[in-house]
Amino acid sequence: MTIRFVLMVNKQGQTRLAQYYETHKMDERCALESEVIRKCLTRTDTQCSFYEFRGYKIVYRRYASLFFIVGVEGDDENELAILEFIHSLVETLDRYFENVCELDIMFNLEKAHFILDEMVMNGCIIETNKTNVLAPIQLLDKAGG
Amino acid sequence: MSIRLRELIRNVRACKTQADERACIHKECASIRTAFKEESNELRHRNVAKLLFIHMLGYPTHWGQMECLKLIAGNKFLEKRIGYLGLMILLDERQEVLMLVENSLKNDLQAQNQYIAGLACCSIGNISSAEICRDLSPEVEKLMVGSNPFVAKKAALCSIRILRKCPELVDTYVDRVGTLLGSRNHAVLLTSLKLMREMCIIEPGMVDQLRRHTATLIAALKNLVLSGYAPEHDVHGIVDPFLQVEILRMLRILGTRHAETSDQMNDILAQVATNTESAKNAGNAILYECVLTIMAIEVESGLRVLAINILGRFLINRDNNIRYVALNTLHKVVGQDAQAVQRHRNTIVDCLKDNDSSIRQRALELVYALVNEANVKVLVKELLSYLMACDVEFKDELTQRICHVVEKYATDKEWHVDTIIQTLLVSTSFTSEETVCSLIALITSNPDLQAYATHKLCATLAARTTQPVLLQLAVWCVGEYEYTINALMKLTSRFPAGTPAHAMIHKQLAHYSTSMSLELQQRSAWSKDGLQIMFMATKDPSNPSVTRVEATFNNSTGGDMEGLNFQVAVPKYMQLQMKPPSSTAVTAGSSGSVKQLFQLANSMHGQKPIVLRVKIDYNTMGRAVSETGQVDNFPPGF
Repeated sequence: MTIRFVLMVNKQGQTRLAQYYETHKMDERCALESEVIRKCLTRTDTQCSFYEFRGYKIVYRRYASLFFIVGVEGDDENELAILEFIHSLVETLDRYFENVCELDIMFNLEKAHFILDEMVMNGCIIETNKTNVLAPIQLLDKAGG
Repeated sequence: MSIRLRELIRNVRACKTQADERACIHKECASIRTAFKEESNELRHRNVAKLLFIHMLGYPTHWGQMECLKLIAGNKFLEKRIGYLGLMILLDERQEVLMLVENSLKNDLQAQNQYIAGLACCSIGNISSAEICRDLSPEVEKLMVGSNPFVAKKAALCSIRILRKCPELVDTYVDRVGTLLGSRNHAVLLTSLKLMREMCIIEPGMVDQLRRHTATLIAALKNLVLSGYAPEHDVHGIVDPFLQVEILRMLRILGTRHAETSDQMNDILAQVATNTESAKNAGNAILYECVLTIMAIEVESGLRVLAINILGRFLINRDNNIRYVALNTLHKVVGQDAQAVQRHRNTIVDCLKDNDSSIRQRALELVYALVNEANVKVLVKELLSYLMACDVEFKDELTQRICHVVEKYATDKEWHVDTIIQTLLVSTSFTSEETVCSLIALITSNPDLQAYATHKLCATLAARTTQPVLLQLAVWCVGEYEYTINALMKLTSRFPAGTPAHAMIHKQLAHYSTSMSLELQQRSAWSKDGLQIMFMATKDPSNPSVTRVEATFNNSTGGDMEGLNFQVAVPKYMQLQMKPPSSTAVTAGSSGSVKQLFQLANSMHGQKPIVLRVKIDYNTMGRAVSETGQVDNFPPGF
């Protein structure tokens, strides 16, 4: 019933951000991640944004060159709401980075994490109001961080 | 020399091979370690940021955890921020390092600066251990009911982790929920609903205590539905779909099996179901949740019809995402309202032919759930045509499930045999002990079916099947019923040596031309009131006085048999060793799922036959059954 991981991946399948809300051994995490990503990459645009994999429900959406992938556990999560959440996350990143692209996330990895931390915690959505989400990081920027 | 994170990223990107990348990372890790050893404070947060990147690439970074602690204990906010981020990401399952951070967490929770307190909450919520949760829960609780929504929302989610780690604290949160729900801040409401849900999961009795908030939730939902454009929470013309979904979900928990509360919700659910705009994903997310709630609680039939109609519209939507959730929802409600789901049967069956494997998989689950005695023939036909077309990786599972529904719902025995054969023919490599046992059980218990089944199975042999289950079944039938040794001999000539069928027939022949040097296998059965026990006896050729017997329990009734106790008594000249059964419950319609082994040593082997007295006790459909009987139909030589 909660979000287990959030991945941002480019279309070559390279991870650009990975946030897990459960602990994995490093090798297991790498194996899981690469399989999830491989499945996303092989699905076509006309297929739906959900699939089931190793007990997770994967909800993903592609924006230009970036895939946003969310792994959810349990059977009572609203897939459409998760999809809407991904969109909200992308819009928030867009507002901060002005049309977010792969390089923005890669070269500002910690900032992307700061933003995600304001939106998801312990696998639950905290905040979707973009102004509220961005307030802490904008303050940090102002302070010359 | 220390490089910047950007430089490291560029270097890694420039690597042409995996080995180059490894070398580059190792070099950087070595220099970071040196910097850590030298305690260079200015570079510490930059180095931890690099470790985040290195960790993301999949390299071990746990050795940087202690540096995160130093950053957290510092005074600069940026360093603290990086320190906490590092702690949350680099932490692995060895959590000893957490004990060292507890004090910093406690201080930060009490900080004046809301961002620092928020950070501490976030970290506790993401990674804390049971000890930390217990120690810091009073501080978190204070923040949760404080006046600052930025901290309160994080403290509420933090409390979810605290409850998961220390469920005994659940009572202390009951009164806090009311305070949280009084907030006008959407994030505080959203997170407090998550907290309420967690409380109900941890302690189902909580639902009764939380039910008094129903009116508040209904009012909040009404407010969202009726309020006009709200820029700060607008998603394509809909006000905060995330909060609407969460409220609907909580209403579902509160209304389930509670008529009065369900009644209270009738109007608002009808309003949401009729007025929510379905052109965009956000609206459909709400409708989806609303349908689930309507189907789960005790509502008027009119409202239920409304929900079913929404699902019907979803099911023919052109958007695959919507069709996916429609199938998912129908699967969830099929238990409550099978009739309503049956109405969409044709559309669901069509989804089996969809291009999208996710849709097909969902449709398949639903079709299984829809099969009953009346429609088994039609639906199995559809499943069979799907089996022919589906991806190889699904074939075995699908075959298993088709066999299952046929075993469970078939009323026509000849059709049963035909369909199993047909299914196995399509699924060339499928093997299953269970399918073999169950079909053998069917054939042995129906004498009028034996000729038919043997004939059909032989036809598959004649067609030179290599399907392992079919071979096993066919050869068994040939051996058991129709054919004489001559017929078997004739059969062998039809198969080239080296084929599996050839080998199997030879095995069967060898069985007949028995000499004590061969392993013997014989079956015997006992059956009464729908409980059938098959005895599969095996002898060790080197010690023929010892017989191993495997008893398999098959339940052909519609009720589960529980508390199974199977006892065996033997005459004085025999010795018995019993193993425990694999289960004491034989579920309705199951065959081959419960087994029990025992071993017999016959001291008068060759002079006196094996004779068993059996006693079986079990409970079914609320009554206790006790049966006794004698099993003495072991073949001569045993």
